[in-house]
Amino acid sequence: MTQAPTLRASGIVKVYPGVKALDEADLVLHGGEVHALMGENGAGKSTLVGIIAGAQRPDAGEIHLDGLPVSPSSPGHARGLGIRAVHQELTLLPHLSVAENLAIGGYPSRAGVIGWRAVRRRAREALAELGLSIDPRRPVGELPIAIRQLVAIAREMQGEARVLILDEPTSSLDRTETERLFEVVRAARDRGVAIVFITHFLDQVYEIADRVTVLRGGRVVGAGRTADLPRLRLISLMLGRDVAERESRLAGRNGESEPAEEASAPVVCARGLRRGRALRGASLEVRRGEVVGLAGLLGSGRTELARAMFGADRPDAGQLAVDGRRRRLTPRRSSRLGIGLCPEDRKSQGLCLGLSVAEGLTLAMRAKRGWWRPLRRGERQEIVGRLTRDLAIRAVDSRAAVGTLSGGNQQKVLLGAWIATNPRVLLLDEPTRGVDIGAKDEILRRVRSMCDHGLGVVFISAELEEIVRACDRVVVMRDRETVGELRSGEIDEHRIMRMIGAERRA
Amino acid sequence: MSRPGRTAPRVWWPLIALAALTGFNLLWTDGFARLGLDDGVLRGPVVDVVRNAAPLVIIAVGMALVIATAGVDLSVGSTLAMAGAVVAVLLTGPRWGPVPAIAAGLGAGLGIGLVAGVLVSGIGLQPIVATLVLLACVRGGAQLLTDGRTVSFQDSMVLALASGHIGAIPVPVVVAGAWLVGLVALVRTTALGLFLEAIGDNPVAARLAGVPVARVMMFAYVVAGVGAALAGIIVAADIRAADPTTAGKAIELDAILAVVLGGTALAGGRFSLCGAAVGAVLIKLLDTTVVARGVPAQATLVVKAGVVLVVCVLLSDRFRAALLGGLGRR
Repeated sequence: MTQAPTLRASGIVKVYPGVKALDEADLVLHGGEVHALMGENGAGKSTLVGIIAGAQRPDAGEIHLDGLPVSPSSPGHARGLGIRAVHQELTLLPHLSVAENLAIGGYPSRAGVIGWRAVRRRAREALAELGLSIDPRRPVGELPIAIRQLVAIAREMQGEARVLILDEPTSSLDRTETERLFEVVRAARDRGVAIVFITHFLDQVYEIADRVTVLRGGRVVGAGRTADLPRLRLISLMLGRDVAERESRLAGRNGESEPAEEASAPVVCARGLRRGRALRGASLEVRRGEVVGLAGLLGSGRTELARAMFGADRPDAGQLAVDGRRRRLTPRRSSRLGIGLCPEDRKSQGLCLGLSVAEGLTLAMRAKRGWWRPLRRGERQEIVGRLTRDLAIRAVDSRAAVGTLSGGNQQKVLLGAWIATNPRVLLLDEPTRGVDIGAKDEILRRVRSMCDHGLGVVFISAELEEIVRACDRVVVMRDRETVGELRSGEIDEHRIMRMIGAERRA
Repeated sequence: MSRPGRTAPRVWWPLIALAALTGFNLLWTDGFARLGLDDGVLRGPVVDVVRNAAPLVIIAVGMALVIATAGVDLSVGSTLAMAGAVVAVLLTGPRWGPVPAIAAGLGAGLGIGLVAGVLVSGIGLQPIVATLVLLACVRGGAQLLTDGRTVSFQDSMVLALASGHIGAIPVPVVVAGAWLVGLVALVRTTALGLFLEAIGDNPVAARLAGVPVARVMMFAYVVAGVGAALAGIIVAADIRAADPTTAGKAIELDAILAVVLGGTALAGGRFSLCGAAVGAVLIKLLDTTVVARGVPAQATLVVKAGVVLVVCVLLSDRFRAALLGGLGRR
C-alpha cells in the first residue's frame, strides 16, 4: 500500500451492560476503495460504523482521518468531517421533493430567502455526478425504495465526502436495482471516497469490494484484500469455525439419541414456500422427536421460512400441511395445532417486557386454552415453578418484570412460555443468540431432552458448531431458498459451509 | 392477591391523594363531615360526591381497558349523549316501556363500541382518529334524533336510576360499584386482563404468542361503549331529560385523566380498574371542593389542573427516585 489510509480506527472498545460489543476492533479504509464489513448479527458491525459516524462514543480507541486524530461526537459532527452514513432505515423525508431532501441541512439562501432555483440546480448537479437522472421536483415518497437509496447516497456525497458508510443498502433490492446501486457506488469510489459496504450477500462482496474486514463477537477476526480471501475461508471466519478444526468437533458429537425413524409422518410439512422477495422456494418438514437444523447466512431466508411455517406471515405460494392436512396458518391456529415459534428478535417480537415473569410464562398457554379459562393460583404457581426450575431461570422472583432479566433469562422465559403450551413442534429462531455460555447449554440440553419425549424442533442458528452438535438433520438455505439437506451421518461444518458458499447459479 | 405486586400499577398514590383531599375537606369545609340516615337513606356531602362521580367512574373503568391496549376512546361523551337521547325519545315518542328503552340505549353504546373496535383493530385506524370521527358523528346523530332539542321524560323506573336508593345507598353508586366489581372479576379471573396488558405492552409479541389481538381490542371498545351508554342513561335520568348538545361534553378528558391518575400509562400495558375508579372520584371531589371553598368559577380549572399535576408528578418513577435519592443522601 503506497497510499496513506483515509480513515484508521484502532483499538475501538465499546461496552454495553453485560456485553462487550467491540473488543479492540480495528478498521482501515483507503480512498477510492470499497471496503466490505462482514459478520453475523451481533458481531459489532453496526456499533463500529456507528462510532465512526458519530452516533455512539467509544469507550476506548482512536480514529484518525487523513492522519489527524478525530473523535466524532455526533452524526452532525461526523458529517462535517466528511464521514457520511446511509442507514438501513432511510432518513429521507418522504413528503419533500428530491431537491429539498438533497438540500436539507444547507439551503442556499440570500437574506434568509431560500433560492429554490439554486436548490434544484444543485440537486441536478449532485444527481448527475453519480450518473442519476431523477426529476428533482418529485416527492421522495413516490420513488421506489431502490431509487430512494440512490438519492440518499447522492445526498451524503455532497460537499467534502471522505468516507461513505452504506449499511445493508441492498437488502431489499433485486438484481437489477443492485446493479444500479453498484454503478453509483463505483462512481463515488472513483471520486476517491472510501466506502464501507455492509452486506450479508457473499456474491456482492466479491463483485464490488476491494477489501474485507470480518467481525465476530466484537473482534476483528480477519482483514485483507477480497482477491486473497477464498469464499470458504470468509464463511468460516464469519461463522467462527476453523475448517481444520471440524473433524475433532464432529467426533465430539456424543451418542445422543438417534434420529427419529424416517417412517414417521411429518407433523409440519412445508413445500415450495414463496413470499415476495423474502422466500423463493423453501421446503422443510419436521417429524416427532427430531431436531432439524436450519443453516444459512443471515438474510438467506431462514427466519422467513420459520415465520411462514408458524403462520406469522402468509406465503404467496407453496403448500403448508400439518399432520398431512393442508392448512392456512395464523399464529393462533398454529398454537392450537401445537406449533410454537420463538422469534429471533425476542425484545421486539417475542416478549412483552412489561409483564411479570409469571405472566410471560403463562401467556402463550392461556392464549392456547382460550380467554375464558381461568388459571387457578395453585396451577399457575405449579407451572411457573416447574419452568423456572427446569430452565434455571434466574429472576429475583416471578413477579419481576421480564424486561429486568438478562438476555439469557429472557430467552428462557420465551422458550418456557412455549413449553408451557405443551407443543408438538417448536421453531426456535436463534434461541442462543446474545445468551451466555451457561444459558446456551441449558437451553440446548432442555431442547434435546424434550425431543426425546417426542417434540420436533426446527433449530436456527448462525453458529454451525451448535447446529452440528444439536441436530439430527440439517437443511441449508441460500439466497432465500432451501438448497440442500444433510442427514445424520453427513453433518459436519465443512459440508454445511460448502453448501452455504456455493456460487450463485447463473 | 395473585396480582403481581412488583409490576402492578401504583394504585396507592391516587388513594393517598383522595384521602388527603377528603381530610382537607373534613377539617376546613363546613358541614363536609355531615353524614346521616334520613328516611333510611344515607345523605351528606360525601355521599353526594360519590353519587355524582358514578357516571365518570363507569366511563373511566371502560376507558382504562381501552388505554391498556395503548388506545384511547374519545367518543365516550358522544355515546353518553346518544344513549340518553335514545332512551328519552323511545320513552316519549313510541312510548316504549322502561326496560326495552334502557336496553336500546345500552345497545346503542354496544353498537358504537363495535364500530370503534372494527375501525381500530379491523381496519387499523389510529384509535385517536377513529374515535374522534365517532365523537363528531355520534353527537351529530344524537342531535338529529331529538331534532336538536332537549327531550324531557317522566318514567319513574328510569328516573330511579339516578335518584333511587337500594337500601341506604343511592342507585348510581350501586350501579357503578357493580360495574367496577363485575369487570374486575371478569378481567382478572379470565385471561382477558393478561391479554389486554400483553397487547398494550407489545402487540407483535402478543399476536405471535397466539393472543386473539383483534377480538380482545374489540372487547375493550365495546365495554367502553356500553359503559358510556350506561353513564348516559344515569345522567339523563338525573336531569329528567336528554340534552344531546351538552350532555357528556369533554367527559372523555376527565375519564382519560382519571385513568392516568389511577396509575395506568397512556402507552398501554399495565392497567388498574380500581385505580381508574379512584381517579374518577378524586376528580369529582376536586370539583366539589373547588366550589365549596368559594374559589371563583373562573379559577376552578386552574386549581384542578394544579392538583392533577401534583398527583401525576407523584406517579412518576423518575421524580420519586430523585426525591428518595435526595433524601437518602442526607
